[in-house]
Amino acid sequence: MPAPTLPSENQTATAVAPSGIAIEFDNVSIAFDEKVVLQNISFQLAHGETKAVFGVAGSGKSTMLKLAMGLLRPDSGRIHVLGEEITHMTEQELFELRRRVGIVFQESALFDSLKVYENVAFRLMEEGIAAEEIERRVREVLRFVELERTYDMFPSELSGGMRRRVAIARAIITEPEVILYDSPTGGLDPVTSNTIVELIMKQRDVYKTSALMVTHRLQDAFTMASHQFDKATNKVVALPKGQLCEVPMSFLILRDAKVIFNGDAHQLATSRDEYIREYIS
Amino acid sequence: MALELELISPIEVAKDFALAVQEYTLLSAQSLANFFRRPLYMADMLQQADLIGVGSLPIVVLTGLSVGALLALNAASTLQRFGSVTLIGQLVSLGMVTELGPLITGLMVAGRNASGMASELGSMIVTEQIDAMRALGTDPTKKLITPRIGATAFMLFFLTIIADLLGLIGGYGVAHLLFGVDTNQYWTSVWQILVFRDVFTGLIKPVLFGFIIATVGCYYGMSTRGGTQGVGRSTTQAVVASSVLILIVDFFVTKLIFAIFGYR
Repeated sequence: MPAPTLPSENQTATAVAPSGIAIEFDNVSIAFDEKVVLQNISFQLAHGETKAVFGVAGSGKSTMLKLAMGLLRPDSGRIHVLGEEITHMTEQELFELRRRVGIVFQESALFDSLKVYENVAFRLMEEGIAAEEIERRVREVLRFVELERTYDMFPSELSGGMRRRVAIARAIITEPEVILYDSPTGGLDPVTSNTIVELIMKQRDVYKTSALMVTHRLQDAFTMASHQFDKATNKVVALPKGQLCEVPMSFLILRDAKVIFNGDAHQLATSRDEYIREYIS
Repeated sequence: MALELELISPIEVAKDFALAVQEYTLLSAQSLANFFRRPLYMADMLQQADLIGVGSLPIVVLTGLSVGALLALNAASTLQRFGSVTLIGQLVSLGMVTELGPLITGLMVAGRNASGMASELGSMIVTEQIDAMRALGTDPTKKLITPRIGATAFMLFFLTIIADLLGLIGGYGVAHLLFGVDTNQYWTSVWQILVFRDVFTGLIKPVLFGFIIATVGCYYGMSTRGGTQGVGRSTTQAVVASSVLILIVDFFVTKLIFAIFGYR
C-alpha cells in the first residue's frame, strides 16, 4: 500500500517507550438520567499501544473517549491519563493535561467559521507561537495527511474524508502522547478509510503514539493488527504469518455497558464467547 | 394514533428553573472573572464589537429616529390642548435619554444579537465544536463568552448614545416641521431639562442591558440540546428571556436610581 510522505523527523522526538500506562480506567461507571451507559469498566492502555474499541451503536464507546479526555466526569471509579488521576481535576487543570492528548471526533468537529489552517493551528495560536513557525508546522502536518492544497479552504468546502484527515492533522500537530479516535473511518469510502487507517498506523509505528480508537469497522482493526508501517519504504506492509501479535495492537469489546473482551488479535480470534464469535464473523 | 400528553410535575418545573438560574449565575460569574485572567482575547472582542456595534447601527438609527418622532407626535397632541407645545423638547429629551433610548436599543440588540449568540454557540454545541475547543485546551467561556459580554456592554453604551441623539433629531423634525417649534427653543429645552441623574440613568442602563443580552444569549447557546431543533428553541428562548429580563431590570434600576437621587 502506498503511504503519505513523512513529515520532518523532529516529530519522533516525542516518541514514548512502549512501557507504562497511558490510560487506565478503574471501575468506571456513568449513567445519563436513568440509563446506565458504562458500568464498572476497567482496562489499561499501555504507552505506544493502540486499542480498538468495538460495540454496537449506543454502547458507550464515544462516552468512554469523552471520559478519557475529561469532557465528561464518571459517576464512580477513577481514570488515570498519562500518570495523573483526572477524575477530580478542575477544568483548568484538565486544560493543561489536554495539551498532551489529541482527539479526533466522530464528525470531525472542525470550527466551521475558521479556515483549514486556522483549525489545524488552533492550539499553536493559543500557545502564542510565532506565525512563521505555525505556518511551517501546519504545512508539514497537512502534507502528512496529503491535504496541503486545502490550507486556505473552509471545512464546508471539504469532503467528509478530507474533514476527517484535517481533524487528524489538528490532533497530531502538537505531537500528543495519546490520541483518541472516535470512528475515524465511519461513513467513508474504502479508499479514504484505508488512507486514514494508514495514517493511524504511521502514528502508532513511527511515532509510538498511544491510541484509543473507537470503530465499527472490524476490518480496519484487523488490518492494523496484521500490518505495520515500514518507515524505510514509507509503506504499510503485511506482517509475516505467525507474527500477528508483534504490533502493539489490542481489542476491547463493550456490551450492555460492560467490557466483555479485552485482549490481542490472537485471543480475539480464538475466543469461544458466542457473542464475540458472531460479532467478528 | 392516540396522542399522549405528558404531565409535568410543578416541583420538577421549579427544580429545573432553580437549576437554570444557578447555571446562568455560575456562567455569568465565571465569564466576568475571566476579565481578570489571561489571555483576554482582545482580537475576538474587537471582532464581536464590530459584529454587534457596527452591525446593529442601521437598526438603532432607524428605531431611534422613529421613536423620537413618535414621542414628539404623541406628546404634541396633548401639549397643544394646554398651549404648551414648546415643551416638546423637554418631553422628548427626558423620555429618550432616561428611558426609551436605552430600552429600545437594548430590545433591538437583544432581538438581533442574543439570538445570534444563542444560535452560533448552540450550533457549536451540537456539532461538538465546543467539546473540540475544550479538548484543544481552550476554555470556551474565556474564548467565546467573555469577549461577547465585553463587546456587547461596551457597544450598547455607544449605540444608546446614538439612539438618544437620533431620537432627539426625530423629535425635532416633528416639532419643527409639523408644529412650528423654533429650532433654538427646541434644543435649549432639550439641553436644559437634563440633570446629572438623567444622563447617569441613561448611560448605566445600556451597560447592564448589554451584560444581560450577552449572558442570556450565551447561556441558552451553551445549554442547547437536541440538534437543529434545539438550536431553534434556544434562539427563541434567548430573545424572549433577554427581552423580559431587560424590562424587569429596567424597572428596578429606575426605582433604585430614584431611591438614591430622589424624585424630581
